[in-house]
Amino acid sequence: MDKDNRAYLNMDLLRFTTAGSVDDGKSTLIGRLLYDSKSIFEDQMEAIEKTSRLKGEEHVNLALLTDGLRAEREQGITIDVAYRYFHTPKRKFIIADTPGHIQYTRNMVTGASTANLAIILIDARQGVLEQTLRHAYIASLLQIPHIVVCINKMDLVDYKEEIFDNIKNEFMKISHKLDVKDIRFVPISALKGDNVVLRSKVMDWYDGATLRHILENIYIANDYNLIDPRFAVQYVIRPMNQQYHDFRGYAGRIASGQYIVGDTITVLPSGFESKIKSINLFDKELDFAFAPQSITMTLEDDIDISRGDLIVKSNNLPQSSQDIDIMICWFNEKPLKINGKYNVKHTTNDLKCMIKDVEYKMNINTLEKNYSEKAVKMNDIARIKIRTTKPLFYDAYRKNRITGSLILIEENTNETVAVGMIL
Amino acid sequence: MEKYDLNHLRELEAESMYVLREVAAQFERPSLLFSGGKDSIVMFYLARKAFFPAKVPFTLLHIDTGHNFQETLDFRDELVKKNNVQLVVGSVQKTIDSGKVQEETGYNASRNVLQTTTLLDAIEENKFDCALGGGRRDEEKARAKERFFSHRDEFGQWDPKNQRPELWNIFNGKKRMGEHFRVFPLSNWTELDVWQYILMENIEIPCLYFTHKRECFLRDGVYLATADFMKLKPTEKAQVLDVRCRTIGDITNTGLTLSKADNLEDIIKEIAATRTTERGGRFDDKRSDTAMEDRKKEGYF
Repeated sequence: MDKDNRAYLNMDLLRFTTAGSVDDGKSTLIGRLLYDSKSIFEDQMEAIEKTSRLKGEEHVNLALLTDGLRAEREQGITIDVAYRYFHTPKRKFIIADTPGHIQYTRNMVTGASTANLAIILIDARQGVLEQTLRHAYIASLLQIPHIVVCINKMDLVDYKEEIFDNIKNEFMKISHKLDVKDIRFVPISALKGDNVVLRSKVMDWYDGATLRHILENIYIANDYNLIDPRFAVQYVIRPMNQQYHDFRGYAGRIASGQYIVGDTITVLPSGFESKIKSINLFDKELDFAFAPQSITMTLEDDIDISRGDLIVKSNNLPQSSQDIDIMICWFNEKPLKINGKYNVKHTTNDLKCMIKDVEYKMNINTLEKNYSEKAVKMNDIARIKIRTTKPLFYDAYRKNRITGSLILIEENTNETVAVGMIL
Repeated sequence: MEKYDLNHLRELEAESMYVLREVAAQFERPSLLFSGGKDSIVMFYLARKAFFPAKVPFTLLHIDTGHNFQETLDFRDELVKKNNVQLVVGSVQKTIDSGKVQEETGYNASRNVLQTTTLLDAIEENKFDCALGGGRRDEEKARAKERFFSHRDEFGQWDPKNQRPELWNIFNGKKRMGEHFRVFPLSNWTELDVWQYILMENIEIPCLYFTHKRECFLRDGVYLATADFMKLKPTEKAQVLDVRCRTIGDITNTGLTLSKADNLEDIIKEIAATRTTERGGRFDDKRSDTAMEDRKKEGYF
């Protein structure tokens, strides 16, 4: 294999989300990242040039690249989450591009659920707004490990350091109310290109990294929880052929932590203990495996294990309860029903629950908790109590995004009506 | 690379294997749409990985327009034999013969749209409750909005404005009788990822992807292969050229690339340098701005 191709094998993957409204320059920013990494192709460019012309628009509308649905193109808005892809020599990137208005909170939550990093855009002329708070809150609620606050349109405020500093301080004040570990600030002009890919020549007072440099170099290997070993069984593999007559493998994706051959494990809910006999990935046997690998495990003892069971290390057990407190985002037009029954999906487990109570609703524009309001409607975020039909084995979402998350499904329509983060 | 780093291909692989296992667990009669193109080959390879040492628990479903390259069909049959899997072929010719659909006429006649009827019939006849597809979100803007688990109503239709939310790695495959799902394990892969993975894992692909001499003609800036059912306009001239396929579909809409690349490394270099999308050579997408969305709503791949 030659050098170019080998380099490609050393790239890792960063998923990031951008939330923003029509006017704050989000499309321009994404367009620039894609364009400067040569990820917009000629025929795509031609197609959007043609459409922009037909619509009588003065400039090429880069939003047409992502707004793929007919309804979105007709109305000129982003309705859904769009996924975009680009790479630089160092990394492959997946952008979950979401609309920023309050009526699309659920889409922002969706985009945030798998992201390592969130870009929050602030218009330098306007400073921290209600929507800034909302976007920052969602990033913290969904536990996105890294936030990059881009203070955009610096060209329209004469590239003044003072303005950048004021907005930064203002944002730091609100961030005390949030649960975010890593926040960075970059003064940019997406339109002119300052500090997006290339360093700004005008803002010589800024000695931090450009946005792209941050995206390429931010350390993400620690974003997975490598401490608490959790493995939910997805599927039991029994070849039942001559060669592998007694093979009984438990297939799944490691949610967190690592497993080493010989480890003593506990299977939940049964509580049986055994030792890991082998870890298989296709025709290879591994000495150890770690999150987020998909593997197959065999055990020393023949015990009854099926889909939905959790295999953990015996010296590190998760929490277990039937009464669970969760933060939810409601996704459906039909409002939440207190005492209503819903199906639950948690890891690879299917069960049912009843909603016992709504503790408070969150005003995500002010970050105030409203304890008197119990009506939870589409796009609302609330803290609720549920009781499940059988004990759930879980970790707090703060510690574990996989074993700490669940979805609620309405029984009649089978629609996903809410998503929850366990407290 | 440090001990706990996965490169991006390994992470995509782990994600796809997870999705394939969810399909096997959540559905009764899942099928895998197999076209003989590189994406469906990679999807099948990942399925072998996900269920090894057991057999792939999916029936392969090939929708045959009757206008396929012979090399593709040979490759398909060889793969089926080697892996001892079930194959169901849905024939567009049969759908035409039964009078259910009308064949297009004219120079740019294509059976592309007709495939949808054949596909939905095959899903219904075989009682498949899920069809795995090799579609990727980077291919086309309507696909960029597609879920991993995509719900279809009892008419096989997709409602893009009313899709189920998909968060973390929780997939809701619950459905009523008669409805089915399309699942796309390669959603997050790009064209380059697929090629790099083929190289990394040394996966066998049809010879059509490598340079070969073929009789072609130029139409609207795209080279197409000649065939009995391809009518040439008076101004078009057939000539033998060194070409290869960037995508493999039906002969009528597979644009050929002038290329001398005879190995994977050269193909990857070619793709990394190219300035047009893979589907740029596909006649089926050029029909309108939302051609893909419109076909997908009706039940297309």
